[in-house]
Amino acid sequence: MPEFEPKIVAFCCRYCAYTAADLAGSMRLQYSPNIRVVEMPCSGTIEHGLILSTFEKGVDGVYIAGCNLGDCHFLKGNVRAIKRVAAVKKILDEIGLGGERLEFFHVPASEGTKFAQVANEMTERIRQLGPSPLNKNAAGNAQKEGGQTA
Amino acid sequence: MIVAQQKPVSEIAQMISDCKKVLFLGCAGCVTVCLAGGEKETDVLASAIRIKRTLESNPLEATTFTCTRQCDPEYIVGIDNLVKDVDAIVSLACGVGVQYLAERFKDKWVVPALDTKFIGGSVVHGLWEEKCGLCGECILHRTGGICPIIRCSKSILNGPCGGSQHGKCEVDKDVDCAWQLIYDRMRALGKLDKLMEIQPIKDWSKSRDGGPRKAIREDVMIDE
Ligand code: SF4
Ligand code: SF4
Repeated sequence: MPEFEPKIVAFCCRYCAYTAADLAGSMRLQYSPNIRVVEMPCSGTIEHGLILSTFEKGVDGVYIAGCNLGDCHFLKGNVRAIKRVAAVKKILDEIGLGGERLEFFHVPASEGTKFAQVANEMTERIRQLGPSPLNKNAAGNAQKEGGQTA
Repeated sequence: MIVAQQKPVSEIAQMISDCKKVLFLGCAGCVTVCLAGGEKETDVLASAIRIKRTLESNPLEATTFTCTRQCDPEYIVGIDNLVKDVDAIVSLACGVGVQYLAERFKDKWVVPALDTKFIGGSVVHGLWEEKCGLCGECILHRTGGICPIIRCSKSILNGPCGGSQHGKCEVDKDVDCAWQLIYDRMRALGKLDKLMEIQPIKDWSKSRDGGPRKAIREDVMIDE
């Protein structure tokens, strides 16, 4: 059976992680192709509901990447994002999907290597966890829908 | 405003565990302001329970809507078509909204997603504080704008009691003694003599002791 290839959505702040992604590209760095980057005006624009609906669509993991503490373009957006991520992790634990499928990372604009490292680290973590039970395209889940237990 | 807080997701999910189609109904009034039952919270709760149910192989069809207010009949008549096909309504309003829904939709299972806590206001974003005990006959003009009914742990009207220590209440060192606050403010206003006035016994029949209350303004009532 081929190795499970997770689908991960990375909500990236325009002023840091998104720029770092560009830098990683210019540096010709290889990083996990499993991530789908969504540009955000600030990591602080992330909302509880957006994270949950992303999981509902069947992605296996989500992370929010923002500036280092003290470096936020809007002063405290990253601090707010960290708190919201913690709150949604609690919800994910409570409903059984597991908070470890969600994370917040600091990725400064100048660190293309950190961007690649985070993408790889999250991909590895989600690969270990296996597909999200909401991911209808994952092999194991398709079987489960057909009435078999994994 | 009325301040409420959401019950644990698992508790709400339990109330509707045998329902297949549910309307999650938010309220754009007080509970939106105290971030417990507005449009965002309604979407988050519906999403969380939908995921939980999918993981339990008991999928839930959940729709969401947020009324202007659930405590005014005018605003809930408009949702008849949303309610028609559902097995249950999860109300994210205060206890008033839940009851208005239960009265209008007699054949529907209506459950509360929130615990209605108190009447109060916000201190900072994310923190709310109880300020009024709904006693039915306000006495703030006699107590320097500080409510002894709800902010004094014993609701006494002639405090402070012997448990007042360095401005704090004996029930909790983080709770200000309301009567110390009242005394300090009246002194600052030069109105300590007001505290010396003998007051008649408070008429608690105007509060909950008189049973459920009504407020009437006949001049604005619309005759049929
Ligand atoms: S005196 Fe009565 S009405 Fe006035 S704030 Fe206190 S409880 Fe509320
Ligand atoms: S210490 Fe103050 S607030 Fe506490 S019960 Fe006594 S009078 Fe009320």
